[in-house]
Amino acid sequence: MIETFDPLKGERLRILDESGQAAPGLDPGLPDAELRTIYERMLRTRAADAKALKLQRQGRLGTYPPSRGHEACQVGLASAMGRDDWLFPYFRDLGMYITLGYPLADYFHLWMGNEAGLKTPDGLNIYPIAIPVGSQIPQAVGAGMAAKYRKLPIAIVTTFGDGATSEGDFHEGLNFAGVFRTPNVFICLNNQFAISVPRARQTAAATIAQKAVSYGFPGVQVDGNDVLAVYAAAREALANARSGQGPTLIEAYTYRMGDHTTSDDAARYRSKEEVQEWERRDPILRFRLYLGKKGLWDEAYEKAVQDAAAEFVEKAVAEAESRPAATPEDLFSYTYAAMPPELEAQLADLKAFLAEGRR
Amino acid sequence: MIMTMVQAINRALAQEMERDDRIIVLGEDVGRDGGVFRATEGLFDRFGPERVIDTPLAESGIIGASIGMTALGLRPVPEIQFLGFIYPAFNQIVSHVARLRNRTRGRFTVPLTIRTPYGAGVKALEHHSESTEALFCQIPGLTVVVPSSPYDAKGLLTASLRCDDPVIFLEPAKLYRAEKQEVPEEVYEVPLRKAAVVREGKDLTIIAWGTMIPVARQAAEAAEGEGVGAEIIDLRTLSPMDRETFVASVRKTGRALIVHEAPKTCGLGAEIAATIGESALLSLNAPVLRVTGQDITVPLPKSEDLYYPGPARVLRAIRKLMEY
Repeated sequence: MIETFDPLKGERLRILDESGQAAPGLDPGLPDAELRTIYERMLRTRAADAKALKLQRQGRLGTYPPSRGHEACQVGLASAMGRDDWLFPYFRDLGMYITLGYPLADYFHLWMGNEAGLKTPDGLNIYPIAIPVGSQIPQAVGAGMAAKYRKLPIAIVTTFGDGATSEGDFHEGLNFAGVFRTPNVFICLNNQFAISVPRARQTAAATIAQKAVSYGFPGVQVDGNDVLAVYAAAREALANARSGQGPTLIEAYTYRMGDHTTSDDAARYRSKEEVQEWERRDPILRFRLYLGKKGLWDEAYEKAVQDAAAEFVEKAVAEAESRPAATPEDLFSYTYAAMPPELEAQLADLKAFLAEGRR
Repeated sequence: MIMTMVQAINRALAQEMERDDRIIVLGEDVGRDGGVFRATEGLFDRFGPERVIDTPLAESGIIGASIGMTALGLRPVPEIQFLGFIYPAFNQIVSHVARLRNRTRGRFTVPLTIRTPYGAGVKALEHHSESTEALFCQIPGLTVVVPSSPYDAKGLLTASLRCDDPVIFLEPAKLYRAEKQEVPEEVYEVPLRKAAVVREGKDLTIIAWGTMIPVARQAAEAAEGEGVGAEIIDLRTLSPMDRETFVASVRKTGRALIVHEAPKTCGLGAEIAATIGESALLSLNAPVLRVTGQDITVPLPKSEDLYYPGPARVLRAIRKLMEY
């Protein structure tokens, strides 16, 4: 399917139209239970995201990058991943964390300002989020090289925004991936803005997907507000990676509905009309219409899912807020495998200072 | 066996790769060519292209990919061809290599050893003569190692390859083939974070590393003729620094001279001098002196001798210290 949508010809994979109608022959044919699971993950993502914004305004959570509008990209992609696959995420991947089973309490704990939230639970193959833009891309490729060396039939996924494609690390990473034919799936969430700078200022190329051509592997642009399109493209790219057929670049064409972070005001650089136009293409709304047509959605189901999402989120907040504050030992113990004498001395001095009490 | 430093480095790599199949060598020209200084010579034929990888010419890519390899349990040994070319990878080193252990509270570690030649004295062109070790010593989480002899090079590199912390292993290019020394065939480690007293003396302490050790030795021998006994401390691991060894020495001698190739301002000498001030002030008979590279861009080879410390400049400082 990926090869049939040529980004150089301006073709974009879309399965669901805005009325929720699936294109004949393209529907990936997921079982009903799985479709509902995807929908439930999308709603949980939106609920958790809205809660994080609320907590930030109340001073209970730090600067936060909202995910609203990205639910189809995040949940579609992560739902296609296997337990043994790896994710090298960027910083706006809430739905992927929820889908892959990362404890939401940990996720909140991180954004509340404690590194402990970034300690991936054992058994989950999620590398810590990359804040320096694009720097995770060559890392994901190295993991791909290692998977190949160890002959593991796994795929390595990495996510990034449109701004990251301007970084040198994007080029270096994709170039390595092409040369070494690594089992990588690169997902660019093209949400049209890198903070305030529009996509057209990142590249003169007509699409981001077509950049794959110059690295010697396939690229495809998908409708990023169509969860089935993201899922189908990811499933195929992941299978190709796991079976030794090399990397794929997927450009998920979407829109960042919120601000870049809670410190940003998107109204300074984009119009209300543009945002309203994208509201109409809401990924959750579209998938809901699709489920309705299949007889998998009604008001009672919606309420049950919303209630469960709210409970899921509230539980996570309560747990995150009940965690103890970091101790001086927590701060000093993980810089080296064994603490050097200078750090021991600084830790002892800090503790002595704290013991003296503030005057 | 009698060998040069570059041969000792090669032996350490080969022996550890033999022992541990998680070790992967990667970088520019490290494979078929055996490295521009021949440090990886023979490894490609012996261990194959899967373990000795010629990469595209991209320093950030090399270090970034090495980080990703550690996620799946490998222990990569990336080579950066010259320290002066490491800067495109600086973001990977500072933002990820150094801090992944801390930011994941120990869930992910980065056991890699970045090997790179550094320093002047090889008649190279621009950007091939840098000695910017202090940049890395400022970054918590990194271990910065510099050998000054073939014996130490093998033992320190072996220890680095076995270390669970990321190591920046700076190889003094000028010393790659400057001297030969007996180096045991068996595998051994020279401990990290431990300085060595490489010459004993009672009158003053010289603290140096890498290329400056032979320079300090020459100056110390000349001083001996003038009746001055100079003790030389080879720091070996620059960060985390073994402060105890040089503080003990300065307490004994009462005089301290720091010699480094890097520029003076904010060089490691400043940290060492401050440590002596904090820990041995009342033992001092003279101010702590520094003989260093100048605070200018490293000049091209014709003028190199004006830039970096030679035995005569060190001897001049020794006399100044003794006459104080």
